Amino acid sequence: MLIQMQGINKAFGPVKVLEGVDFVLERGEIHALMGENGAGKSTLMKILTGIYPSDAGRIHVDGREVHIHSPKEAEALGIAIIHQELNLIPQLSVVENLFLGREKTRGGLLKSAEMHAQCLEFLALLGIHNIDPQQEAGTLSVGRQQMVEIAKALSLNAQVLIMDEPTAALSHKETEVLFTLMHDLKSRGVGIVYVSHRMEEIFQVCDRISVLRDGQFVGSRVIKETRFDEIVKMMVGREISDRYPSRSSTLGPVRFKVEGLCDTSTISDISFEIRQGEVLGVAGLMGAGRSEIAHTLFGLAARSAGNVWLDGQPIHCRSAIEAISHGIGYVTEDRKTQGLVLSLSVKENISLTKAPSHWGVVNSQAEDKNVSELIAKLSIRTRDADLEVKSLSGGNQQKVVFAKWLGIAPKVLFLDEPTRGVDVGGKAEIYHIINQLAASGVAILMISSELPEVLAMSDRILVMHQGNSAGIFDAKTASQESIMHAATGGQ
Amino acid sequence: MNAQQKATLHKLGPLLALLLISSVLSVMSRDFLTVNNLLNVLRQVSINALIAFGMTFVILLGGIDLSVGAVLALSSVAIASMMAAGVDPILATLCGVLAGAALGAVNGLIISRGKVAPFIATLGTMTVFRGLALVASDGRPITGFNSDFFAMLGGGYIANLIPVPVVTTMLAFVALWFLLKKTVFGRHVYAVGGNEEASLISGVKVNSVKLWVYTLSGALSALAGVILTSRLNSAQPNAGMGYELDAIAAVVLGGTSLSGGRGWIIGTLIGAVLIGVLNNGLNLLSVSSFYQQVIKGSVILLAVLLDRSAKK
Repeated sequence: MLIQMQGINKAFGPVKVLEGVDFVLERGEIHALMGENGAGKSTLMKILTGIYPSDAGRIHVDGREVHIHSPKEAEALGIAIIHQELNLIPQLSVVENLFLGREKTRGGLLKSAEMHAQCLEFLALLGIHNIDPQQEAGTLSVGRQQMVEIAKALSLNAQVLIMDEPTAALSHKETEVLFTLMHDLKSRGVGIVYVSHRMEEIFQVCDRISVLRDGQFVGSRVIKETRFDEIVKMMVGREISDRYPSRSSTLGPVRFKVEGLCDTSTISDISFEIRQGEVLGVAGLMGAGRSEIAHTLFGLAARSAGNVWLDGQPIHCRSAIEAISHGIGYVTEDRKTQGLVLSLSVKENISLTKAPSHWGVVNSQAEDKNVSELIAKLSIRTRDADLEVKSLSGGNQQKVVFAKWLGIAPKVLFLDEPTRGVDVGGKAEIYHIINQLAASGVAILMISSELPEVLAMSDRILVMHQGNSAGIFDAKTASQESIMHAATGGQ
Repeated sequence: MNAQQKATLHKLGPLLALLLISSVLSVMSRDFLTVNNLLNVLRQVSINALIAFGMTFVILLGGIDLSVGAVLALSSVAIASMMAAGVDPILATLCGVLAGAALGAVNGLIISRGKVAPFIATLGTMTVFRGLALVASDGRPITGFNSDFFAMLGGGYIANLIPVPVVTTMLAFVALWFLLKKTVFGRHVYAVGGNEEASLISGVKVNSVKLWVYTLSGALSALAGVILTSRLNSAQPNAGMGYELDAIAAVVLGGTSLSGGRGWIIGTLIGAVLIGVLNNGLNLLSVSSFYQQVIKGSVILLAVLLDRSAKK
């Protein structure tokens, strides 16, 4: 056994986050760690990497009992973690990031050439040949930044690699590269803990799975001998009948029409229309220009050509304020940087788009009423609307973003990766919300990297390839293969 | 102790510190705990408090305003020049405060439209405004106002007891507390300071919020300038030097985060009074002014360090 954690307890104040959790990681296995948001996965991994001390319990590494007090000590034991939130310093170059804190020096001077060469080696190990080690990390795409983080972990000669949602920001191709690499690491005896909400990937790449629920260890299974439904049941404690709830909306007249849309950098000649009650999915690889469509239509980026009609009227949104005044909402890709003001309360976030007011003075009664209606409607689980939004789970935070846009009674809603970082139960709830919105006549543009999600939730699917439209497919007849084919430029 | 209680205690910190220091001073000096002395402290505090109120808005926004002292001096010179030229004192005072607002708006425009970092922008305007004050006054104090109204603004008493500047400060405090807590504008100040991008996408007029906050800071600095000019019965082009630091200290002592998005104006009021009490107490105890600086600085650092460890 590479890692054995026994009877781990952890409480924050009166809140018990982990209660007697056991976790075993063998050499040369890829071990999925699953559980809904708030189940305690992150806390368990933070204890293993020395970020939090545990209140009780024992940890053995290679059969030897250890006490890990800091990330540095975890590193020395060969335990490395790749965080969901990227930890690169954007202003530093790739090579500077890779060797941060353990720069190679001679007499206090940096051995730049040697680090540059080693950096290239580690990147080559990952099958990446076109990242310049001298490039600023912040100029790389999110997917590539993550690759650099993985290279960094490799350079630490890690025996235990913890990956927290590593594929969330990766394109299909990058994901395949990552999986190949994981298999390679596995054959070299590295143990990998794989934290993800993407069930398909877990079945594709993992050997075993352990499930946590409400801070308790539910059980471990060998992937080959288990079924999808069983794992979901272990996670949520009940069966989820429908992963993708079906929708029975009748499509109305065309609500939103776009013709020949171009921005100044990425996308060109994009045309589509969305009818009332319709969900138009947008698929494509990272960097294909999916988010840029929403950005441009919402007035966050300049539109260099093209026409847009809302309910037959031509519109041109030059700012978010204009877009909102036309009844367009935008659930952005990254809820922490673009969706929420984390230091504000649930209530203040919800009414950020539109607070009921008279002469600029907030009408708190009306506001409380609006907010509690939206909280009930979207079943946002929070003790109190005045709680900081930060304290909510990912799924509930995302529902707050939805609530914010429902507050403007939108005619058109752009959704960019609406279920990223949301657990299975939360996803089902968000799908319900999307269906309800469509049923009430909202025209929805849904950008997603998860093909099963796009296929199940959309009426039609716009596939993007290198900034151009590679066709619009009917979701009933399209398949993952046909969409991937178009997204990669196949004809 | 749950998170809510902890947060409450954390908010009470500045008040507890104020009570603690006041208790110590009242034991050490018999003159401290008298109505006259306390009202005197509040009168001295009013100038810094008014500037610090504006600074609270600016810091909540995630910015900083280094030009407040220079704005105070320039608007003070403007008022004095107008009165010397025979303009009605009430009109001159109003124009002076509006001039302060206009100077603040210049900051706001440079920061919001010009996308210049607030520190740099206000460092620049601080120098420009100070220079203009010297140019306009030819480097000399402007003195000799014969106006009972103007003298009353800094030196008068309500009911022969409460100093007029204290009343002005309290009125400003109530209005600003309302603006921050009860209006959409106040809500947007917190939102922009917390996450500018998310606010922009949510349709908050980010640039306009910034413009108004710096305008407000300018107007409040000018109002502080009115009180100072009236008290001294003269306008000094070199007045208000270093006031920005006292104001920032009051805001930080009050528990407002320098990174924006978090804080409260009540804390700033307490912070300003705390600094005032400390100044007054050290004077009563005849501590040398050199040591006073050492003690004041240490108290500020200690408060912030305690605040840090409480947050952990």
